[in-house]
Amino acid sequence: MTNLPVLTPTPLLEVKHLRKYFPIQTGGLRRKVVGQVRAVDDVSFFINEGETLGLVGESGCGKTTASRCVLRAYTPTSGEMLFRNADDSLVDLALLSRRGLRPIRSQIQMIFQDPYGSLNPRMTLFDIVGEPLLMNGMKDRRQRTERVAELLHLVGLRPEFLQRFPHAFSGGQRQRIGIARALASTPRLVVADEPVSALDVSVQAQILNLLLELQNRLNLTYLFVAHNLSVVKHICDRVTVMYVGKIVETAETQELFRAPKHPYTAALLLAVPVADPRVKSGDVELKGDVPSPANPPSGCYFHPRCPFAIDRCKTEPPVYREITPGHFVSCHRADELQLEGVAV
Amino acid sequence: MEDLSPLLSVRNLKAYFHLDEGVVKAVDGVTFDVHAGQVLGIVGESGCGKSVTMKAVLRILESPGRIDGGEILWNRQGSKQNGSTVEETVNLTQLNPHGREMRAIRGGEIALIPQEPMSAFSPVHTIGDQLIEAIRLHRPAGKREARQIAIDLLRDVGIPMPEQRLSAYSWQLSGGLRQRAIIAMALSCNPRLLIADEPTTAVDVTTQAQVLRLLRELQAQRNAAIIFITHDLGVIAQMADYVVVMYLGLVMEQGPVDDIFHAPKHPYTQALLRSIPSINSTPREELPTISGSIPHPFNKPRGCPFHPRCQQAIQGRCDQRTPALQAVGGQQLVSCFLYHDVERSS
Repeated sequence: MTNLPVLTPTPLLEVKHLRKYFPIQTGGLRRKVVGQVRAVDDVSFFINEGETLGLVGESGCGKTTASRCVLRAYTPTSGEMLFRNADDSLVDLALLSRRGLRPIRSQIQMIFQDPYGSLNPRMTLFDIVGEPLLMNGMKDRRQRTERVAELLHLVGLRPEFLQRFPHAFSGGQRQRIGIARALASTPRLVVADEPVSALDVSVQAQILNLLLELQNRLNLTYLFVAHNLSVVKHICDRVTVMYVGKIVETAETQELFRAPKHPYTAALLLAVPVADPRVKSGDVELKGDVPSPANPPSGCYFHPRCPFAIDRCKTEPPVYREITPGHFVSCHRADELQLEGVAV
Repeated sequence: MEDLSPLLSVRNLKAYFHLDEGVVKAVDGVTFDVHAGQVLGIVGESGCGKSVTMKAVLRILESPGRIDGGEILWNRQGSKQNGSTVEETVNLTQLNPHGREMRAIRGGEIALIPQEPMSAFSPVHTIGDQLIEAIRLHRPAGKREARQIAIDLLRDVGIPMPEQRLSAYSWQLSGGLRQRAIIAMALSCNPRLLIADEPTTAVDVTTQAQVLRLLRELQAQRNAAIIFITHDLGVIAQMADYVVVMYLGLVMEQGPVDDIFHAPKHPYTQALLRSIPSINSTPREELPTISGSIPHPFNKPRGCPFHPRCQQAIQGRCDQRTPALQAVGGQQLVSCFLYHDVERSS
């Protein structure tokens, strides 16, 4: 492999047939399992080195569960998660033990949604950002101080803040602290779960710019989990859309927004209200609600809400297939439907 | 619409929170009108006072919050039966918040659609009991009649099988249905003004689209006015006729929706519109940002509250004096020294 010329970008992470089921138990002492919540059900995607993959969907679609499996905060029920080490060797994250995960942990880091809940109020900035350094064997305090100051500078905070506590900072600044902590162990993959949705509009843009700038400077790879399609479009190279635990569509961002192939993606795009009163948007033909992953419908999970559903959709689950190069979709009628996207 | 007197007129409203550490001037002189059949959008970031304004109008501001000045003029329609439309204007700030008149207005004439549909309903009473209770409080209706009204309301807001839903608890409904039930509750007394406080922030995009469409339809049917409070500029653009932009307790700019989005005058409005990633914008391009962050309400800057973050701030002017809200061409009102030199009288 090593002496072959690399034509296609190498995936840093390749997830294959990932499943995560949560048991539904009865309340009694026996804790009898009466069902399964299929939070993530046969999900496959890959992330190339240096790119940003967006994972979008409505609440309960399994996007957060999938990202937590990648972090191994959850142990998947089944499936493979192949992570490429810096020396090009592959390791299956799903099979690693706690001990085996330790060297990987520093390479996969997380940025959290809530900048208030994710920082310990009793720790100073130096302790918060310095802890990953200490865990990775940087024992010398002076060395650590230098590195923390450097990290703070990297995320646009003044190094004088070292001895302050998180309460002294605004939401946007706290999010910067969280980013500095994630970057402390020089990760290669950063999982960002809704990193700007808790921030004010005027601060969101700052954090998005910072994430883009850091990616360019440090060659980071992002798995970007979000529900806001405008934000996703702004930051992601490719986008994966999930619905009730399954992937319905994956494509390059421009392609997905311009020419969606799955009716659910098209409905999502149409539902986003555009900040322009002259453009009519924010409307949707969809009826009803997202079904529960504990009790999904038969056939295609989207068929009860789909305006294009035919009899086949009610019985036969669609196969997730590549319809044009790089564009994956799971819909029986993907070839014939002409769906409307948004102007790019 | 201009010749009619407004349904609600908020004049120089001030609502302060008196804390041990000092006074937080959450709303510091806010003025706007709402006309019948109009959708007024109030947009602003956290801490701008949009929710406090709404609470002041409904007189549900909790201690240590207090209305410290200004007027909230509510145009009360006379009794609908005798035909003579006695128009009476009451100043809501003068009413006892727990008194009979205020209780009749709140819920009966001005209704609220709260942000969190989960916490707005009691989990230990059925949807039907809560709806029927609200109907019977404000209307002279018997139990059976109120029940029928409740069923009709649930049907109006698009809830399938309304007869059965009456005996459901709020936690048995999905997010979208719960939001619809809340809207039914708010509509139960045929209010003339609906205040929707971030009604769709807790729901998903497809549900949001359904709820927005429902609100548009109901508004057209019933000709009620809506005050739509949100931080989502997209929702504002799609819903509102007239927009009020707030920042740190003050109105920065107000005007018809098209002017606000296509000819914004205040630097804050301009910067805000530039900084949002749009579904139609070019990907991976650096977004123009507003530098800094929103100041803490305890140390509000002197002068124009936006001047420390403003690119066009004028030294010695914007940091010393606070501009007044003045009409600037057409129907737009702006509080910025770039357009006029009128100072706000405190």
